[in-house]
Amino acid sequence: MEQKTKVNAEDGKQELVITREFDLPVELLFKAYAEPELVEEWMSNPYSTTKMLKLESKKQGGYQLESKDAQGKVVFRANGVIHEFVPNQKITRTFEMENTPFGVQLEIYEFKKLTDDTSRLNMHVIYESVAQRDEVLKLPFAQGICMAHNRIEEILSKLKMTR
Amino acid sequence: MESRRDVFQAIADPTRRAILTLLAGQALTPGAIAEDFHSSRQTISKHIQILTECKLVEQEFNGREIYYHINPKKMKEVADFIEPFRKMWDARFNKLESVMKKHKNK
Repeated sequence: MEQKTKVNAEDGKQELVITREFDLPVELLFKAYAEPELVEEWMSNPYSTTKMLKLESKKQGGYQLESKDAQGKVVFRANGVIHEFVPNQKITRTFEMENTPFGVQLEIYEFKKLTDDTSRLNMHVIYESVAQRDEVLKLPFAQGICMAHNRIEEILSKLKMTR
Repeated sequence: MESRRDVFQAIADPTRRAILTLLAGQALTPGAIAEDFHSSRQTISKHIQILTECKLVEQEFNGREIYYHINPKKMKEVADFIEPFRKMWDARFNKLESVMKKHKNK
């Protein structure tokens, strides 16, 4: 099975690129980023509920979101400013996790139509420094987010079985 | 250390990941690997070269034949560093996709 989400983070650079192809028309993909109720729905998971405190989907608009755990405690808050908002094509915005040392990142989202029913998201993220990028890359470890098996682990386990 | 960038470029390519999967099962000669793909032998051999250069794959000689096998240590290194981040995004995007599919059908 081909991996749908790809992360390209070259060594020594303060940026990374995340790409993903969706079985969705580009209009729907874009909508998932533009409408607060939809963002809330897909950003929430069994462990935390995300609320958009503000989302002004327009040039020079701002946004703020927060996530609460099952006990209702705020575990995450982030905000940013939207610099460019071109429906079904592009969003450029800043992103800052509040009360963390990770600084502000610049995010460039490009939405591309592939077919009538499929689309691609290209998410280019630029950090303040190489060190900050690498810290953010390591975040999922810190938070203990380890979900489904991944391809390389699968290959490794297959290897263990055959040798 | 010098090869980390190469490693990520190496695994970013679907053909190279397919080659790694193939080699995970057994050591193979370049010819045997190429048989599994529609691409030309030269293309596959270029992919193998990249995998070898960044040490994901190693050569071993058996008589006159060269066999390639996976280097588990290097594979583990790659898996450890970036996979949790990628998986986090993958899970998020899976959710986005299912939410929007439901939305479309409403």
